Amino acid sequence: MNELVFFINKALISGLVIGSVYALGAIGVTLIFGILRFAHFAHADLMTVGAFVSYVLMALMAAAGFSAPVPLAFLAMFPAMVITALLAIWLDKTFYKPFRDRGSNPVIIVMASLGVTLMLQGLVRLFGGTRARSMYIGENKDIYRIPFPGAKRDLILTEPQLLLIIFTIIAVITLAVFLSRSRLGKAMRAVSDNPDLAQITGINTKHVVWTTWVIGGTLAAAAGTMLSLDVVLKPDLSFGLLLPIFAAVIVGGIGQPYGAIAGGMLIGFSETFAVFNWAVLLRPFRDSFPDWFELPTKIAFVPTEYKLAVPFFILILVLIYRPTGIFKGKVM
Amino acid sequence: MSGSIFQKYARDFMLAGGLFVLILLILMLQGSAYTSRMLVEAACYAIIALGLTIQWGYAGLFNIGIMGFIAAGSFMFMFVSFPVNERFWNSAGPGMLVEPIVTLLIGVALIVAVRKLRMIPGWLRTPLTVIIFATTYLLVTAGIDPAAKVIESEAGFIGGFGLPVFVGWAAAGIIAGLIAWFAGRICLGLRSDYLAIATLGIAQIIKTFLKNADWLTNGTLTVSPLPWPVPKPIDGNFTEARSIYLALTAAFVIIIYMLLERAYHAPWGRMMRAIRDNEEAASSMGKDVNKRRLEIFVLGCILMGLGGAMLITFTGLFDPSGFIDLNHTFLIWVMVILGGTGNNRGAILGAILVYIIWVMSEPLALSLFDLVRVYGLDWFGWQAPGDLDSRALQMRVFVIGLTITLVLRFAPEGMLPERIRQD
Repeated sequence: MNELVFFINKALISGLVIGSVYALGAIGVTLIFGILRFAHFAHADLMTVGAFVSYVLMALMAAAGFSAPVPLAFLAMFPAMVITALLAIWLDKTFYKPFRDRGSNPVIIVMASLGVTLMLQGLVRLFGGTRARSMYIGENKDIYRIPFPGAKRDLILTEPQLLLIIFTIIAVITLAVFLSRSRLGKAMRAVSDNPDLAQITGINTKHVVWTTWVIGGTLAAAAGTMLSLDVVLKPDLSFGLLLPIFAAVIVGGIGQPYGAIAGGMLIGFSETFAVFNWAVLLRPFRDSFPDWFELPTKIAFVPTEYKLAVPFFILILVLIYRPTGIFKGKVM
Repeated sequence: MSGSIFQKYARDFMLAGGLFVLILLILMLQGSAYTSRMLVEAACYAIIALGLTIQWGYAGLFNIGIMGFIAAGSFMFMFVSFPVNERFWNSAGPGMLVEPIVTLLIGVALIVAVRKLRMIPGWLRTPLTVIIFATTYLLVTAGIDPAAKVIESEAGFIGGFGLPVFVGWAAAGIIAGLIAWFAGRICLGLRSDYLAIATLGIAQIIKTFLKNADWLTNGTLTVSPLPWPVPKPIDGNFTEARSIYLALTAAFVIIIYMLLERAYHAPWGRMMRAIRDNEEAASSMGKDVNKRRLEIFVLGCILMGLGGAMLITFTGLFDPSGFIDLNHTFLIWVMVILGGTGNNRGAILGAILVYIIWVMSEPLALSLFDLVRVYGLDWFGWQAPGDLDSRALQMRVFVIGLTITLVLRFAPEGMLPERIRQD
C-alpha cells in the first residue's frame, strides 16, 4: 500500500499539477493560434511576467502588513491577471497588429513574437535579477497530509497544488460556459472557424481579438504564478514550458480549447509517468517473480534529465500520424 | 538595369566600405590579436548565416534550432578529431559498448526493413515499428548505462579518433545534415510554424544530451584543447596563427558564397524561389515541393554544422553548456534579416557587422550600467543590486529582441534586399 501512496504522490498528483499548468498555458496559445493564426512564442514568457507581477504585488502587500488565510501571492494573482491581460493587449497592438494590417505572412508574426519573447526575457532579468525567489515572505507553505487507509505513508498535497487544481477546474468550466453561451464566445468560435465569413456577418473582430488576448493573458499569469508558488519563481521559468505547451496545443488540435486541456493533461501525465520509477510499484510482488528474474532498483522509461524529450516525442508522433490532433483541429 | 557596376551595387560597396573602415578603426584601437580573433569568429558566423539565409531566404523555412545543429556539428568534430584517449581503449569500455551499438544497428535495420518491404501488410507496419523501436530503445539504454559508468570511472570519457581536422569538419556537416533530414522528413510538409516548434525541440534535446552524456562528451567538464587545422600560436604570438586561420575561414566563406550564388542563379535556385513565392503554383507545375525543401533544409543545416565546428575549433574548447539560444540562434537570425533576406552578400556583411556590434556591446553595457550604479548612488542614494553586472548583460537580450521586431516592421528587406532579376 505504501508503494501505491508513493505512486499517487509522485506520479498522479505531480502529473495533475504540471498538466494543469500546461493546460492553462495551452488554452491561450490554441485560441491565439485559431483566431489570429500564428504560433505565439512569447506565451511562456507572458507566464513569467505574470508571475513576477504577482511577486511584486505580494511583496507590497507583505510590506503593508497584510495577512490572509491563503498565500498572499494567490491574492496578488488576481490583479496580476488583469495587468498581464492589459499587457497582452498592448503587445498585440504594438508588435503584432501592424503585421496583420499589412497582410504579412504569418511566419513574420511568429518571428516578431520571438522578438517579443527576447524582450520580455531581457526585461524580467534586468529588473528581477537572475536568481530564484520564493513566493512566500513571512508565510509558510501549508502541506496537507491525508491518511490513506492501510498505508503508513500519507497522501501529500501542498496548498498551492490544491489551489491550482481548484482554479483550473473553475477556469475550465467558466471558459466552457463563456464559449458556448455568451455572444462574444460564440463570435470567437465563429472567427476561429472562418474569419472572412465571421466578418461579413457583422462580428466585431476587434473585440474578438481583445477577448482572445484577455483570456490568454489572464490564464498565463495564473499558471505562471501558481507554478512558482508550488516551486520557486525563476526568471527562466518559461524555458521548460514552451515546448510542452506547444506540444499540448498540437496534440489537442489547433484552435480547440478543450483539446488544449486534454493535450496539457496528456503531456503532463506522460512526462511524470515517463520519469517515474516503476520498480517501486513492482516491489510488493518481489517474491512472486521467478528466481531468474531480478528486479532492478530503477525502471524508468526516460532519465529525469531527458524529460524534455517526452513532449517532443509525442509531438512528432502526432505530426506523423494525426496532424489534426485528437480533437480534429486545423492543420495549418 | 543600366549604369556601371558601381551604380548597380552602390549599396553593397558602401556597406562593405563602411565595414572595412570600422574594422580598421577597431584594429587601431584594440590591436591586431583582438581584431583577428573577432574577424575569425565573424567569418564562422557568416558561414552559419549563409546556411540560414538559404533556408529562410531561398525557401522560406523557419528554423529556430540553429543552436542544435551547431552543437551537433561541434560535438561530431570533437569526437572525430580530438586525440585518441588511450585509457578508454585500454579499459573494459569498448567491449561493453559493442553490444548496444550492434543492437542499435540491428534495430535500425529492422525498422527500415519493416517500412520498406512490400510483403508486410500495411496495417502491420505501424505496430511492428513501435514494438521494434521500444525493444531496441530498452535494450540499448540497458546496455549503455553500465558501460557509461565504467567509462566515466576508468577513462573519463571516450575521447576522439584523432583524425585530421578537415575530416572532423566534414563529419560535423554530415551529422547536422542527417539530423536535418530526419526532422525535415516529418515537418516540411506542414506549415512553417510546425518546423519552428520542431527545430526548437530538437535543439534543446541535442543540448540536453550533450550536457548529460558525460561518457561520450565529457559533459560539463568540457573538452580542450581541440586541434587546429593550421599551426597553433607559439609563444603568445596570436596574430600570425590567427591570421592564417582567418585566411582559411575567409576562403571557406568565399567558396561557399560562390557555390551558393551559382545555385541561386541556376534553374534549381529559380525553382526554389518559385516554391517560396507560390507553393501551389510551383507544385501544379510538377515541382516536388517537399523534396526540394528537404534538400535546401539539409544543405543549410550542413553549413550550420560546419560553421559551428569551425567556431569551436578556433576557441579550442568544446563546452556543451556554452551553446545558448541567444548567441547561436537569435543572433544569427538578426544577422540574416538585418543583412537582407535572400541575399548572400547581405548575410555575410550582416554577420560581420552584427558580430562586431555584439562583441562591442558587452563592455558597452557593463560601462553603461556602471554609470547607472555610480550616479544612482550619488544623486538618489540608490543602492544597486549586487548582481548588476549579470543583469547588465541581459540588456543585450532585450536589444536583440527589439532589433528583430524593429527590422521586421520598418525594414523587412534588410540592408541589402534580394535582387529580383528584371529581364
